[in-house]
Amino acid sequence: MTEHRITRRGLLAGGAATAVGALAACSPASPASPGPAAASTAPSTAPPGAVPAAASGGYGAAVEPFHGPHQAGVATDPQAHAVFVGLDLRAGTGREALARLMRLLTDDARRLTEGRPALADTEPELALSPARLTVTFGFGPGLFTAAGLEHLRPDSLAPLPPFSVDKLQDRWNGGDLLLQICADDPLTVAHALRMTVKDARSFAEVRWVQRGFRRGLHLQAAGTTQRNVMGQLDGTVNPRPGTADFDRAVWTGDGPDWLRGGTTLVLRRIRAEMETWDAADRVAKEFSVGRRLDTGAPLTGGGEHDEPDFGKVDASGFPVIAEQAHIRRARVADPGLRIFRRVYNYDEGITAGGRADCGLLFASYQADIARQFVPIQRRLAEADLLNEWTTPIGSAVFAVPPGCAADGWIGETLLS
Amino acid sequence: MSSRHVRVPALLLAAAAALSGCGSSTTAAPATPAPAASAPPSTAPSAAPSAATAPLTVTDPWVKTTDEGMTAAFGTLVNTTGAEVTVVSASSPLSSEVELHEVVESGGTAVMRAKKGGFVIPAHGTHTLAPGGDHIMLMGVTGKVEPGAQVAFALTLQDGSTVEFTAVGKDFAGAEEHYQPGGGGH
Repeated sequence: MTEHRITRRGLLAGGAATAVGALAACSPASPASPGPAAASTAPSTAPPGAVPAAASGGYGAAVEPFHGPHQAGVATDPQAHAVFVGLDLRAGTGREALARLMRLLTDDARRLTEGRPALADTEPELALSPARLTVTFGFGPGLFTAAGLEHLRPDSLAPLPPFSVDKLQDRWNGGDLLLQICADDPLTVAHALRMTVKDARSFAEVRWVQRGFRRGLHLQAAGTTQRNVMGQLDGTVNPRPGTADFDRAVWTGDGPDWLRGGTTLVLRRIRAEMETWDAADRVAKEFSVGRRLDTGAPLTGGGEHDEPDFGKVDASGFPVIAEQAHIRRARVADPGLRIFRRVYNYDEGITAGGRADCGLLFASYQADIARQFVPIQRRLAEADLLNEWTTPIGSAVFAVPPGCAADGWIGETLLS
Repeated sequence: MSSRHVRVPALLLAAAAALSGCGSSTTAAPATPAPAASAPPSTAPSAAPSAATAPLTVTDPWVKTTDEGMTAAFGTLVNTTGAEVTVVSASSPLSSEVELHEVVESGGTAVMRAKKGGFVIPAHGTHTLAPGGDHIMLMGVTGKVEPGAQVAFALTLQDGSTVEFTAVGKDFAGAEEHYQPGGGGH
C-alpha cells in the first residue's frame, strides 16, 4: 500500500524525497546551506544563509570582477576554457520579456562569477570555485527586431558580407543572443552554462554551442601568445588591454548611446584543414604566414614582437615576406583600427577514418565591425596564402552591451 | 495594532522547540548580525518596519514559475533582532490561499502540510525556505508567474507587523510536492 503512494511524479521530483531523508537524519541545513566544513571557513561578513565563496583556495577561488563600465570577458586575460552559445529568441519574446531575461541572466552571472550559487541553484557546490569565471552577453541583429528597437541597432551590426573563402554552414551562423562563458576550469564553465541556459530557455532556443580551449591554466605566463591547432603562434599583433590603443580599438565611442562602453563581437568558426596542412612542408607553412613556426618571429628576423621588414628582399629580389603572406595582408597600420582577437581552439573529435575536425573560434572584438573587421577580412579573402588551409564555416555578429553597476543589469541601457 | 516589541509567548516557544527538534533548516548565525540587530526593536517607529529596522528580512527570494494552480516561494528568512521571530502567515496578490508549509516524510513519501506555529527564526538566526523543505505555498493561482516576474509578498509576524518582499519568478523543475490537506501526500 505504501508503495502506491510513491508516485512517478514524486520519484521524478526526487529532490523532495531526498531532502526529506536528509531532514529526517537531522541534517543541519538545506542543500542550499553550507555544510559544517564550509561553515567553519565562512567569513564572518558572509550574508546569512549564503554558501561561502571560495570553498577551494588557490586558482579556483580567483574572481574576475563582474561590475564595471565594460563587461568582463573581453579585456580579461583569456581563461583556459570557453563556451559560446548562440540563442534564437522564441516568437513573442519582445522587449518586456527580454528585460526579464536579462535581469535573470545578470543575476546568475553576478552570483556565479563571485563564486556564489545562482538563485535556485540545483548544484550549489559547483559554484564555489569561480576560477576567474566570466559571463558575457551579446545581442545579435534579430534581438533588435524582436524588441522593436531596430532604430537602435548599430549600422554595421548585420550579417557580414559574403567572402569568397566562406563555406558557411547555417548550423554555426547567426543568433539573436550570445552567452560567452569563460573560466579556468571546465566544470565551472559547465555549471555556469547549465544555470544560464536553464533561465534562457523559456525565452529562446539554442541555435549553436561552440566550445573552445587554450593552454591549461598557468602552463604559460599570462600574455604569452597562444598556439593554435596548426602549431602557429596566433595573436602576436593584438591590442594590449589597459592601453589607449586597446580602448580606442575595442570600446564603442560613437553610434547609439546605449552601446557606449560596449563593443562588438564577430565570431567566426574557422576550420583548420589539417590533412592538407600535414602535406605542406615547414618552409611552405612559414612562407604562407610570413613568420617562423618555432619563435613566431617575422621571416625578416628578430623576435616574435619585432616589426616585420616588409621591404626586405632576398638575393633574387623577391620579398622575404611574400606579397600574399598572411601577416602582410592582415596588417593594419593604425592601432586604433586593429581588431582584438581573443581566440579559442576547438577540437570536436576525429572521424572513423581518423580525420580531424578542429580549428579556431576566431573571436574578434572591435568598436565597429564595418570600420575595422570587414576591411581586414576582405583583404584576407582576396589574397592570403593561409586560405589554402583555413576555411570559415560559421559566422555571427553581436553587439556586446556595456557593463553594469551592482544594482543594474546587462542590457539595461537598451531595454529598460 | 501591532506591538513594537518582538514578544514571543511561551506557548509559541514550546511549539518552536518541538518543531526544531529534528530536521529544522533553521540555523543560528551569530556571526552575521545586521547593523540594527544589537539595538532592541522597541524603538521601531511604526508597524510597517523600514528596511533599517525590520526585525526580519528575506534574502534571495524566488517563486517557481507556473501557468496557474499551485506554486511556492522560497528564500532565506533573516532575523535581525536579538529575540526569536515567528512568521505566522503570508500573503501575495497572486493568490488568496497562501500557507506556510513544511515537507515531512510519511510512510516513505514526501508529504506537504501546513506548518503549525509558522516559521520560527531564532535570534540573529536564519531560516531557509527551499524546495523539499519549508516553503510558502500558493494555491489557486489564476495568473501566470513568468520567469523574471517580480511578485510581491507580505509576511505577517506574531506581533501583527508585516514584512514585505519581492520574489523573482524562476523556472524550476523541482518543488513538485502536491498538497492534500487530508494527508497522504501525492
